[in-house]
Order: sequence, then structure tokens, then C-alpha cells
Amino acid sequence: MKNWKLAAALCASVALPSVAMATDLEVTHWWTSGGESAAVAEFAKAFDATGNHWVDGAIAGSSDTARPIIISRIMGGNPMGATQLNPGKDADELIKAGLMQDITDLATKEDWAHILRPASQLASCTVDGKVYCVPVNLHSGQWMWVNRKVFEDNGMAVPTNYNELIAAAPALQAKGIQPLSLAQGWAIGLLAGDLMVAVAGVDNYVKVYKDRDMTIAKGPEFTKVFEAIAAARQFAPADKIVPQWNEAVSLVIQGKAAANIMGDWAGGEFAVAGLVAGKDFDCLPGLGLTPVLDTGGDVFYFPKNADPAITAAQLTLASTLVTKDVQVAFNLKKGSLPMRADVDLSKANDCMKKGLEILDHSTAVFPSGSQMIDRDSLNQINDLLNEFFANTDMSVADAQAKFAAIIEAAPK
Amino acid sequence: MTNAASFATTPSGAKPKPFITWERFVVYAVLIVCALFFLLPLYIMIMTSFKSMAEVQSGNIFVPTLHPTFDAWSKAWDSACTGLYCEGIKVGFWNSVKITVPSTIVSIAVASVTGYSLANWPFKFSEVFFTILLLGSFIPYVVMIYPLVIITRELGIFSTLWAVILVHTIFGLPIQTLLFRNYFASLPQELFKAARVDGAGYWGIFFRIFVPMSVPIFTVSVILQVTGIWNDFLFGVIYAGPTNYPMTVQLNNIVNSSMGGKAYNVDMAATILTGIVPLTIYFVSGKYFVRGIAAGAVKG
Amino acid sequence: MMLIVLGVFVCGTIWTVLFSFTNIKILPIFTPKEWIDGFVGLANYRRLFNTDRWMSCPAITHIGMADWRFTCTGALPNMVTYAVLSIAIAVSLGFLLAVLMDQKIRAEGVFRTIYLYPFALSFVVTGHVWAWIMSPEYGLQASMRQLGWDSFSFGWIADRKMVMYAIVIAGIWQGTGFVMALMLAGLRGIDEDIWKASKVDGIPAWRTYIQIVIPMMKPVLVTIFVIVTSGAVRIYDLVVAITDGGPGISSDVPSRYIYQNFSANLGQSLSASTVMLVAMAIVLIPWIRMEFGKKSQA
Repeated sequence: MKNWKLAAALCASVALPSVAMATDLEVTHWWTSGGESAAVAEFAKAFDATGNHWVDGAIAGSSDTARPIIISRIMGGNPMGATQLNPGKDADELIKAGLMQDITDLATKEDWAHILRPASQLASCTVDGKVYCVPVNLHSGQWMWVNRKVFEDNGMAVPTNYNELIAAAPALQAKGIQPLSLAQGWAIGLLAGDLMVAVAGVDNYVKVYKDRDMTIAKGPEFTKVFEAIAAARQFAPADKIVPQWNEAVSLVIQGKAAANIMGDWAGGEFAVAGLVAGKDFDCLPGLGLTPVLDTGGDVFYFPKNADPAITAAQLTLASTLVTKDVQVAFNLKKGSLPMRADVDLSKANDCMKKGLEILDHSTAVFPSGSQMIDRDSLNQINDLLNEFFANTDMSVADAQAKFAAIIEAAPK
Repeated sequence: MTNAASFATTPSGAKPKPFITWERFVVYAVLIVCALFFLLPLYIMIMTSFKSMAEVQSGNIFVPTLHPTFDAWSKAWDSACTGLYCEGIKVGFWNSVKITVPSTIVSIAVASVTGYSLANWPFKFSEVFFTILLLGSFIPYVVMIYPLVIITRELGIFSTLWAVILVHTIFGLPIQTLLFRNYFASLPQELFKAARVDGAGYWGIFFRIFVPMSVPIFTVSVILQVTGIWNDFLFGVIYAGPTNYPMTVQLNNIVNSSMGGKAYNVDMAATILTGIVPLTIYFVSGKYFVRGIAAGAVKG
Repeated sequence: MMLIVLGVFVCGTIWTVLFSFTNIKILPIFTPKEWIDGFVGLANYRRLFNTDRWMSCPAITHIGMADWRFTCTGALPNMVTYAVLSIAIAVSLGFLLAVLMDQKIRAEGVFRTIYLYPFALSFVVTGHVWAWIMSPEYGLQASMRQLGWDSFSFGWIADRKMVMYAIVIAGIWQGTGFVMALMLAGLRGIDEDIWKASKVDGIPAWRTYIQIVIPMMKPVLVTIFVIVTSGAVRIYDLVVAITDGGPGISSDVPSRYIYQNFSANLGQSLSASTVMLVAMAIVLIPWIRMEFGKKSQA
């Protein structure tokens, strides 16, 4: 019965888009800054062009604020038409409770398995062989941002990787420049995660986070990781840690700090400040050490709905989000990479092009933390790393042992 | 004494006391020093809101701007984006009014009657009831969200104004009841007894004696509720439904954007603009902080 | 209405306590069957008290002659520090301001609005302003040093041991105005004749306040005390906006732990709430019995 309904809805959405009744579809997401709004507008424009209407339900504050609101709305019997949600472990419970629309038929019909890459994205939308969400973009967190001017003005060589930056750090400090700017909270977690990948390698990182390989988590590779993190904390002491990630990036833009480690979204801040990649600043994927990127990204889920007109509109939206034009228009504004390889990205900036190049080598991409481990464990790791940064009394061995304990206790 | 003397030269109407005393100088000095401490953050907010973002990023937070601009204010009110719509925070203004006015009235009405009952008409389990209410005021409200979703769903009012009014009344009640119960308990009991002897009933005593004597406490209660409800974001967004989103949803969207850059100047302007309604209430409430109401009621 | 409210509080509390014994994670559950299926005993509580973020007390072996520290760190002790200090200062400062405001001063409305305005503005942003002011990089310290006072130092917000005091400053800034307003309402409720009588008797004003006015205001003071305490116990916005628990986890508070786990591990959230609730009940119930029990008998 359900399949029949779905099939009917699918036919209605795909075969008869022009005669389909205009349906209002409320879409919840947490994209609210200027650039993000412009990107959402591209989605809305494309969806409205199908004869439906995108009703925007933006709730800022990322998943921590949004998730209880989304769950409440679904439980209260007034679900939104579609919603952004972190993929993977976070959404699994909602799927298992039968609250999310299965869109496998649409995915099969449009052959998402082949047009969307990398495979990890669709995989994190898939539970027990069924597809529940649409990946719309790729964001990666392994970028080092360097202000070239800081080095050039001081007659120093511009570092091309993290190790060179650390080597130059004492000289920078002598000139009153902070080698590495840093924001607290998840930004410290991001820095530490990047160092895990850079120092221990992608394989070991994935083995620990995904396969929960305790020998590696407790072993010498990760001891080196925590030593590297301990070295980094010397160059970003507690009184230099700023509250927000964009303030840390701003310190680099102003030349008060030499470098920052942040995701590709930091590129937008440099662009707003009028700085040019390659000339004023460098963006180094994989911290310049090994060109690897994780594949975080945004996805949309479709809560189950009693109204067949809404179900039809949900499928129309899902299909619209991955069409070529929409992918290009959205991702250029969002500063993220498109899900499809078969699109024209000549307008992309240098950093994006570097990212695309890495994406073409499938061995260089790996799943993001939240695709491998649950939010609760990630929060605990974040707490630990923040404490490790702030508390210089905490030893490397202590931090590693606590880290391993969290990994061990994490639900599979 | 020169400072104090200069006070005397300021124009003044008929005052009950001479103005030039050493004590009054101290009174004003303390009030002004405290006021400066309280005003410092506001000063920074206003200064920042008149700066351009370039100036915010490069400048000192205490230094006034050299090129004041109203851009951030007009942007905050009119054109700041929250998701798809770039219409500033004005969008939710009337929704906030629609939520705040009934929620404030209902919660204060319920709380004042409850407080009155507890203070003057104790019933069998009134102490237990009051204990539960008081404990209720110490619960982090977030854990009540899901049970309330189920309750409002079963009442058939989830995603309506009714739900959010109910939720604000519930969460306002512990503190509000305490406020009224203790105030009513401090009023002279002779009044209550005399009125009962005169044959006045439950409502008669409440409206004719207690309410007129309690204007200052009603004022405090309004201040508390208006502030809390006007600034609430979470309950509005969960229970009121998307068509009734209050202004704070926009404020939160402008201020809390997670990945994109932060426009601090617009954040500051938006915050001050959102706060204007409670601020006005505070200012206007002044005339209800009057002495002698209680005394007058006793004599009248 | 009263019954609905009572029902909600009782049901919500029962749900919180019962399901804190289950492995509830992100999606809430309500039925008895789900409760039995998810039952994990005290696991949530064991984890809670093994989490440094919640509470961690150094072993007694640390105690030496020179380094005598037997202090616990974590969210729970932070909240107690904050509550004790902010309540003491806000109540005394609020009382002082209310008394001064009650001296028939000019521009009372202006002063009152100045003291109250912090209460009206969303703390997400005003907290950020405080973070700026207290930040050693942007704030007072940097400005004073720019002006040539090189030894000026105010870096509490970045100091693990001092950060809670920085939050107390902002808390006082935000909360004192309301205490003042409530005190003023209390003062204005006192009969004018009492002042006249004490003046006739030649009692100095300060003694009238301490010996006559404060005892008369006792119900209002109790109200203030409960309101301020419940605010301090549930302190959340302030910490999130100013430090977000940092540096490290040194300024974390219970509500922040409860909120953060609310969207990641409900079991932790519910068990932490239960601990708070039980702690408050232990403090409150005897007090309520003492305070109100005797009155209803009289």
C-alpha cells in the first residue's frame, strides 16, 4: 500500500511536473548568514520553477539547536516538508523509528549511485539498503589558511605545509605574531582531527573512528598525534584562543596571526575581505602535507507526511536538488563542492579547484567524523581536546588514554 | 561642597526637601557610578552598531566611530537575511506581540489568583501544591520540551498560538505564583478579615481589595513576564508553528548563523531593536512604582 | 488551569526521572515497553559522575603543606560558586540601589531603566559584548595597555581558575536590575506612616531600614531569593555567550551539560536533570516546611 502511494507520487512528480498542483513545502535548514542565504535562494528558485512553492523555515545555530526543534515538530504531528539534518549516525534513530520518507525509488530511477560522488555521501544516506536523504554538497575540514604577507613582509619563506609553519613559529613569535590562531569549541576538535589525519594518516584515522581499532587508538601512531596537538597548544595559548571560528580567521586576515586551520567555508571570509587566493593568502588542503579531504556535507531528509500532495512535492524537491544547474548555482554561492562530476565549474575559485582535483582521486577522500561515530562521542572528544588545550597540566599519555576510552565506549 | 552646590543651580520644581545636602550628593554619586557600569556594554553595542564591519574588525571596541553609519540598523530591521527571506527582524514583530500579550495576561491572571488562594484560602494540599510549583522553578525547562510536545499534541493545539500561550503560562507560573503569594501574605490580614465580616466573597475581596493594593507587584510581574516571553526563542519556535514565529527567531537566525561570517554591527542593532518593547515597558512602568497605594487602600 | 500546570510538572518530572534509567539517545520514548526495552539501570549516573565535565574532585593524596587544594572542578561546583557569589552581590547591590532610588530622587525612571535594560536584551549578543570587554585581546586589558598602562592585567576570562568570577560580573550586570525593581516594589508597599513614626521617634534612617523595614519586607526578600537562586541554578545563556564553557571545560555549568546532551544523549541530559532536581528538593523541601508550614498552622 505504501509502495503504491509512493510510486504514484513518484509518477506525479517526475512524469507530470508541469501539471502538478502547486504545493507549499516547508523546508527547515540552518543556513542563515549572507552567503548561505544566497545559496538557499538558488534551491528555492529552482523548486518554485517546478510549480511548487518553497516555504523557508531557517533556524540558525547548527544541529544542536535545530535537532530538538525538528524532532518536536515531527513528534507533534506537524512535520516540515523537508529538513537539513546531519547525515549518518544522528539521523539513524529517526529513520529506524519510521519517521522519514524512503526515497530509494527516486534514487534508483535517477541513478544517484553513479551521478553523485564520492560514494560515501550516498552511503551515509542509506540505511539497510534504502535511501533516506539527498546529499547536496561537500565540505571538507582539512585546510590550512596562510597569510602570505605576514611572511613576505618579515623576509621569511611562506610555509607550504603545517610542519614548515611550526618550524617558523618561534621566529614569528619573536616578531609578535601569533603563529596559529584558534577558536574554542568545535574548532579545536577540527584542528585535532586534522592533525590525526596528517600525523597518523587517513587509514589509521578511519580505523580508529570507524572500525574502533583500539590498538591504534592506544598505540604509538596516536601518541604522536597527541604530541603534535601538545606542540600546537604552545603556539595557541589559552589567552589567545578566541570564541568564534571567524574571529580566528579574521586574525589571519589582519596579519595578527600567520595561519589558521579551518574548513573550506573559511574561504568566504577571505573573499569578503577582498583577499585573493595565491596572491594574498594560500589555502592548503590536507594542511599541505598529504592532499586529502574529508567529505562532510549537507543533506536533506523528508519526514513522512500523510498528505500525498506533500509527498509528491518532497520527491520533486529531492530530484531538483541534484540537477546540474542547481548544483552549480548553489555550490558556487555556498563555497562548497558539487555532488556531481559532470558539471561546469569554470567559475570556481582556486581553492575550490584544488578541492575538486583531490576529489577526483577517490583514495584521497574519506568520511567525516560524524559519518563514522555518533554525536555524543564526538561531543566528548571535543570536550577532551578543549580541556587538553586549555589545561597544560594534562599529559599526552593522559589525554590519549581518555580519548581511547571514549572511542571504546562509543556505540557501534 | 562646590559639587553639591552646583546641584542647586539646576532648575527644580517644588521639592519637599532642600536639595543641597551632602547625603544627596552621595546618593547621586553612587547611582551614577553604578549606572556607568551598567551602561558600558550598551555603549559598546551602540558604537559597534554604527560602525562598518571593516571598522569593527580593525578598531578598538571602546573607540567611537569616525564614520557613523545607519546601515547596520536599516539592515537589521529591514533587510538582514534569515534563510531565504531578507526582510530583517521586522517580520516577526506582530507575531511576537500576538504571543506576548495573551501569554502575559493569562499567566499573570492565573498566577495572581493562585497566589491569592494559597495565601488566603489554603486548601487541603496547598502546601504540597506550592512545594511542587517551587521545585518546578528549578527544573531546566529544556527537559520538559518533549513531554509538552506530547501533551499539546493530545490537546490538539500543537503548532498554534494556544500551545505557546499554555507553555508560557506553565513555565511562568512557579515564579509568578511565588511573587503574588508572598506579596499577598505580607498585606495586613485585618483587611481580609474585615472584608469577610462585611460579607465579601472570594472574587470580591480579590478584585476590590487585593488587586488595587498590589499595583507595584503587578508591575514587577509584567516586567518579568514580558521580558521572558518577548525574548523567548525555543518555545516560540517549537510550539507556535511556523506561521507564528516570533521576532526572536529572526534575531537568532541573524545572530547565531553557524558557518557564515558574523556581522557584529547588525547583530548589535538587531538586539537593541528587539529589546525596545521590553525597554519601553520598563520605562513606562515607572509611574506604577508608587508609594502609598497600600496605605491609601487601607484608609479608603 | 492549576491542575493542568501541576499535571505537566508532575508528568514531566516523572518522565525525566524514569527515563534517566534508559539508553534513550536522540529520539524521546514514552511507553512502558520502550522503558523496559531500554532499561540500563544506573549506567547514565555512573557515566555522569565519571565525567570530569560534570564533577571531578582531586584525590586526597594531592594535599601537601604548600599545595593544600581540596577543590572540586566541573559543572556542578562551578554552578555553586556562581550561585553563592552572584546571589550575595546582586541582592546586596540591588537592595542598596533600591534604597537610594527610594530617596525621592530626580530622573528615577531613567535610572531604573538603566539598571533594568540588561534584563531586556537577548544575552546571546550582550554576552558577546562582555566577552569582548573581558577578552585580553580586544578588551579592557588591551585598551589600558594601549594607553600606556603596561602592567594592567585583566584576563580572568582566559584563566581557568578565575573564569567563573568573570561570569559572575556579567551575571550581576544582568540580574541586579530586577532585584532592584522587586526591592523597590517592596519598599513602596511599606506604609508611609512607619517612616513618619520612626522620624518622630528620632530613629536614624539606617536603623529604620535594618530594624523595621527589612523585617517587614521578609516575604518580598524570600521571593527575591528564590527567583535569583532559580536563575543561578539554571544559568545557561550567560556561560554559552561569554565563554561557551571555556577555557577547556573550566566554566561549564549543569544546564549547559543538560542542553548539549539534550540533542546528543538524552539519557545523560535526563540523569543530570534528575540529580539537579534531587539536590534542589533536599535543600528546598525542609525549608518550605519550616517557612510555610508553621504559618498555615497559625
